[in-house]
Amino acid sequence: MPNYRFSVNGESRSVESRDPAQPLLYVLRNALGLTGAKFGCGEGQCGSCAVLLDGKVAYACLTPVSAVAGRTVTTIEGLGTALKPHPVQAAFIAEQAAQCGYCASGMVMKSVELLAANPKPTRDEVKAALAGHLCRCGTHERILRAVARAAGAAMPGGTGA
Amino acid sequence: MSMHISRRNLLKAGGALVVSFAVPLPAFSQGANTFSGKTVDTGEVDGFFAVNQDGSVTLFCGKVDLGTGLRIAVPQMAAEELGIDVKRITLVEGDTDLTPDQGPTAGSSGVMRGGVQIRQAAATGPGVQPPCGSGLHARSPAELIAAEGEVRPRSGGAGITFGALLGNRHFGLKLDPKAKLKDSASYTVVGQSLPRPDVPGKITGRHLFMHDFKLPGMLHGRAIRPSSVGAKLIAVDESSIKEIPGARVVRIGDFLGVLAEDEWDCICAARALKANWSDENSLVGHQAVRDWMLAGPFEAEQSLVKKGDARGVLAGATQRVSAFYYWPPQSHASMGPSCAVADIRPGKATIWTASQATHRYRHAFARILELPPAAVRLIYLDGSGCYGMNGHEDAAADAVLLSRAANRPVRVQWMRADELGWDPKGPPQLLSLEGSLAADGSIDAWRTEMWLPRATANLPNIALLSPEAAGIKQVPGISFGLITQNGDPSYAVPNVDVSVHWLKHAPLRPSNIRAPGKVANMFAVESFTDELAALAASDPFKFRLRGLSDARGIEVLKRTAALIGWQARSGRSTSAIGRGIAYCHYKHNENYVAMAMEVEVVRASGRIHVRRVACAHDCGLVTTRMRCARKSKAISCRPCRAPCSKKCISIVRASPVPPGVAIRYSPSPMCRRFASNSFSGRTCRHGAAEKPHRRRYPPRLPTRSTTPAAHACAPRRSPANACGRRWRRATRSRCGGRACFQQRENASNSSAGTGLPAR
Repeated sequence: MPNYRFSVNGESRSVESRDPAQPLLYVLRNALGLTGAKFGCGEGQCGSCAVLLDGKVAYACLTPVSAVAGRTVTTIEGLGTALKPHPVQAAFIAEQAAQCGYCASGMVMKSVELLAANPKPTRDEVKAALAGHLCRCGTHERILRAVARAAGAAMPGGTGA
Repeated sequence: MSMHISRRNLLKAGGALVVSFAVPLPAFSQGANTFSGKTVDTGEVDGFFAVNQDGSVTLFCGKVDLGTGLRIAVPQMAAEELGIDVKRITLVEGDTDLTPDQGPTAGSSGVMRGGVQIRQAAATGPGVQPPCGSGLHARSPAELIAAEGEVRPRSGGAGITFGALLGNRHFGLKLDPKAKLKDSASYTVVGQSLPRPDVPGKITGRHLFMHDFKLPGMLHGRAIRPSSVGAKLIAVDESSIKEIPGARVVRIGDFLGVLAEDEWDCICAARALKANWSDENSLVGHQAVRDWMLAGPFEAEQSLVKKGDARGVLAGATQRVSAFYYWPPQSHASMGPSCAVADIRPGKATIWTASQATHRYRHAFARILELPPAAVRLIYLDGSGCYGMNGHEDAAADAVLLSRAANRPVRVQWMRADELGWDPKGPPQLLSLEGSLAADGSIDAWRTEMWLPRATANLPNIALLSPEAAGIKQVPGISFGLITQNGDPSYAVPNVDVSVHWLKHAPLRPSNIRAPGKVANMFAVESFTDELAALAASDPFKFRLRGLSDARGIEVLKRTAALIGWQARSGRSTSAIGRGIAYCHYKHNENYVAMAMEVEVVRASGRIHVRRVACAHDCGLVTTRMRCARKSKAISCRPCRAPCSKKCISIVRASPVPPGVAIRYSPSPMCRRFASNSFSGRTCRHGAAEKPHRRRYPPRLPTRSTTPAAHACAPRRSPANACGRRWRRATRSRCGGRACFQQRENASNSSAGTGLPAR
């Protein structure tokens, strides 16, 4: 069975996959036990499976495992933990930016990518960056506040109750 | 000795939920099933609480947290009555073996009913008989109060800790519905905005969702659905998946599934499997639902509200208006397609599910499996937001049939198309409204005529897909909650007539979706109130205020108007910016909510831009202020209901004045369009559950006049199939199955047909 080696959250991992087209999402969630990236659509339309591939957001549901060989993957688990969250995660937690939370890891990953490239984004830039990420519960405004908080910006729109 | 078992590991061990207990109660078995055998009687305090020797408490709640914060709100209520730190409460939710049956988590009843029941149990708790020699022995329960982790005399003096009082023993108390509750003025925990305990795990990717749950030896399964509803399975070519290692077919009647050790292999097998299905044509098509509803067959006619002589007054009225409103079937369209794990062994079934109604479906699965209910256990795990009964239970039924066939645990994960195509849908609603004005401009007659599918009386549960396909007997019928409520206005009207034509069937399998029926009814009633205000050349805010006598209703309406800076206008505006205000007394006996919105039509594109939204909400005692605000938003922002881009708008201020909460949404340039779940409002292909039907319109309507009038929402374009002069497609998102349509005809004059409520 073909074998693919790549870096996941700082560790070199090797996985077997019968099918080179198997999406990275299933490899992460099943073979590697990293369930932070979620299955939402399988079509790259909702953003809930987002991971960082060499520092850039990739939709794990569309990325074949064979295309990841030799590269560096960071999942939501690789950013931080509840006790030691990544600054973006800390901002999301502070803003309680989740209802059901199914979209949250994708939102965080995209925000991390955005802030790495643009540490002080405008509100419109944040919205544009997150446009490919859907939330069905209505957490959008909290997410925008969380990204603003992570960027050290003033909190537009108050404290949220 | 302290034992801490993580939720994830414990669940993997196939046992009970969270346990953080120093010494298990002797009556309970050891290990993972620490609490097995505990009572789940709603009449027993022990049904809801177990107290550890160190004074920490495990709370067993039959309602579940669907993302709106019940997980903190209910422990807050319990902590208040028990007088302990909320951090010392561990919540177990929705496990049919451990939690009392408090009914499904639906209709916003989690805190209001479930939490209140638990509060009463907590208030009963301090009445436990103190041990001899404790100094409290001689006192009656009414003389005792719980505070700071102990039970002490109300009159003051030394108390005894819960750990010392109850360690190693049960309460042994019947829940006392009259047990004295603490005075809400003395609350220190209830009312606080405490953070939700699940959020850090959700943000760091470590929260255990239903979708993440695995069991040792678990297979992956997929159900194969036909391309048309009601199709029969003619033939399956099992050789079509022989190249996929370990993949196997399960066929039971017309139920078809595949199993594989590996999830991707399972998906490949589901895609590759060749099956022939009969070609059924049982659906009427999206565009034809209104015709279908008007045509019947009808099962019954029912008068819901009858006051005065609305028909008589309307017949003689000179100032009269009428309108039609249509609400289509809607998918719950959860972000994460439904998922479940089942482990069915001879004589025993364990099902992990994100169902809102684990207790109800325990009985359903017992019938399906022909097992006694006691042999069936459903364990709740968080799913993706469901907003009602989506596909969770159906996915569980798929897993049940596949697991039984394989005699191994099976996980079924629906794919995107499964969810949008096969989740039960919100029922369609059709309303005809007619009203007239008295000489003084007040409403003097109101008539609402509804066309609705009729729910089956005493239906135990909605029949599930795979048992039906497999030929397993289920009770036939349809159910979707109480969809007629709020069909009459909250305003004073001397002559009111509300009636319904009950349809025998529904076009797609229906289920409850948020605030069942009320959203469409309120949308119609409040839109129509604007019609009447326009007819009266009255300011919509003042027009509403004039009809209200309930002080709490008046308060939320006035606060909303103040928050948005309402400026009275009457008559038609030529501006592309308009304002609207709406008021709801939910079910006429629950929450009071008023909402105002300022929207702009971008002339160049025809898009609706929501500039500001204000909302005041009096829901009674607020348990968790942040949760209240979130829940208000969740309810008002239910996917693709009437003005639904509120979901994109922030809450900036909560009223400091209890009871209730007032919320103002900030000026937001982000809401570019309606009915989108994205930040940009980009087109989303999700939701294309049905193909548009090209049947011609207009339908036959019990109609009066024909001035076309587009609704305020989004008068983007006329429908391609030329609805005729009476009907006009007013709002349609590009979200396919989540599209909103709303039509009306207007029998008064064209001034009401400006699109925006006339000011």
